[in-house]
Amino acid sequence: MADNAKHISAGDFKPISAEDRGNLDSEKISAPSLTFLQDSWRRFRKNKAAMIALIILIILFILAFGSNLFETHAPNATNPNLANLPPKIPGIDINGFNGTLDQSGQRINAYAQAHAGSKYFILGTDYLGRDLFSRILYGTRISLTIALVASFFDLAVGVVYGVISGWIGGWVDTFMQRIIEILLSIPNLVVIILLMVILKPGMESIIIAIALTSWINMARLIRAQTLELKNQEFVLAARTLGESSIKIGFKHLLPNLSSIIIINLMFTIPTAIFFEAFLSYIGIGVSAPQASLGTLINDGQKNFQFLPYQMWYPAIVLSLLMIAFNILGDGMRDAFDPKSRE
Amino acid sequence: MAKYLAKRIFYIILTLFIVTTATFFLMKFMPGTPLTNQAKLTPGQIHQIYKQYGLDKPLWQQYLVYLGGVVHGNFGTSFQFSNQPVSYLIGSRMGPSLTIGGEAMVVGVLAGLVVGAIGAIKANTWVDTTATIISILGVSIPSFVLAVLLQYYLGLKLRWFPIADWGGFMYTVLPTLALAASPLAETARFMRTQMVDVLSSDYIELAKAKGMGKVGIIYHHALRNSLIPVVTIVGPLAVGIMTGSMVVENIFSIPGIGEQFVKSVLTNDYPTIMGLTIVYCAMLCVVLLITDIVYGIIDPRIRINK
Repeated sequence: MADNAKHISAGDFKPISAEDRGNLDSEKISAPSLTFLQDSWRRFRKNKAAMIALIILIILFILAFGSNLFETHAPNATNPNLANLPPKIPGIDINGFNGTLDQSGQRINAYAQAHAGSKYFILGTDYLGRDLFSRILYGTRISLTIALVASFFDLAVGVVYGVISGWIGGWVDTFMQRIIEILLSIPNLVVIILLMVILKPGMESIIIAIALTSWINMARLIRAQTLELKNQEFVLAARTLGESSIKIGFKHLLPNLSSIIIINLMFTIPTAIFFEAFLSYIGIGVSAPQASLGTLINDGQKNFQFLPYQMWYPAIVLSLLMIAFNILGDGMRDAFDPKSRE
Repeated sequence: MAKYLAKRIFYIILTLFIVTTATFFLMKFMPGTPLTNQAKLTPGQIHQIYKQYGLDKPLWQQYLVYLGGVVHGNFGTSFQFSNQPVSYLIGSRMGPSLTIGGEAMVVGVLAGLVVGAIGAIKANTWVDTTATIISILGVSIPSFVLAVLLQYYLGLKLRWFPIADWGGFMYTVLPTLALAASPLAETARFMRTQMVDVLSSDYIELAKAKGMGKVGIIYHHALRNSLIPVVTIVGPLAVGIMTGSMVVENIFSIPGIGEQFVKSVLTNDYPTIMGLTIVYCAMLCVVLLITDIVYGIIDPRIRINK
């Protein structure tokens, strides 16, 4: 270093002009500044698995909520003559999709036997001749509805509860935390099942039961974070300036809580979907003839040995939903959580 | 420590009291009695039966009687199985549930630790990706789907294990596998995160700088320090196993409390439902208490000092 310094002569320096000085603004930020969402989205896009999960979910959403456009038959229309038909897609001649069945070692054309004519069911029919594809779409719609409702309550109850508990503090906080501690020592599913026993089975009851239990985790995390934020300078500054508590909550706390909210939301959703499928599977959820992925799996498993497709397709769709939401959740956590940045 | 323990036990008792009270009154608001379908009984007979079940007393007296019973481990009489005390019903079904639940917990946590640790050591390689895929699948695939598939392929097709029923170690293998998937996945995810954290910490750098071998670093420093926080997820894992056991026991026809709970729900056997709710709650409370105590013992950094 010292040697190099010797070789610099006075001629190497030249005075800077006023124009140059204007261009040499060290404070200037060359890249456009990114908002929190833009920044997270940029990181999220790099995660291929999460992007694929997002695309799969968008497709499932469109299929499920636009199911009136896509479904090939009415989901609850029974047709005993066309019961237990295997999947058939016209033009495709692969076993499993050509309407043939393996019966005691022989391939038989189930559609010809049932005199189905030109009718076809792309995922086959169940034991009452109902179109499995339309029923799976309907079941997916129920699962996704539950997911949306659960996340709504997570936000509406969990976030508000957590913020209030953390913000007010004192005995209110102690009391609210005791309630949460008690709720946490009862397995969620037991609470949900108890409620399902009391309420009459159906969508509304499932929604109420899941709503009553889904917010607890969110409330805990939000409270912990609120406690931390409460003592920071920007909150103190807002208070000093005379901002009301409610305004501080919305303008200062919520934006700082948003990453925790989003991440936790992404893990509430698969749990809610699982609970709904679970309740319907054991027979106290969505009531017949309405289709849910849980009831479809339960129906399908009875015939699994002979007509495996009746369980495989709903099981695959349910697993796909869960996998996609879990991967999406992981991706969101990596994208939104400032601590997990590498 | 003693003070902390006393406080915790007080809260457990308070929790169980609230749960007992809540379930009692919820069940009392239910329409219907054990006699709903027996319209042919004369009013005298109905009164007689009401008296037998203690239903003729005012509500608060019934509540006190029930509460007193619960304290003594008496949960009343089952509606479904006539004259069977609920406590006997639960007691006789506890064994199988604890067996497969315990097995699933041990298998799931151990396998999860291995998968998670390997994933962290080989971070960002195909080994890590495989470990991540295993844990995503384990978390995502519902236990009832997995149970049916295991039952069909390993039980019916390959005939390696009995399809259902209860009778010895071989009968526990399939239900244990079905139940262990979710704790395995959760543990693996948690372990991987912990270990990646630990592996990038200063004391690992120091050990490396001192020329310690890779195996030594992982075994002596990384593994031990990552293992400790895993204790904290045992509680949530226990909840998962309790939840899973309700369907898995049903699918494999295991005479356990999970199967009984579902059966009671489907037949509106209120006393059994109430009893099992309290039992589930008590089990979870005990698991949470034990894990907190164990955590305090094995990690001196967070000794409880209240």
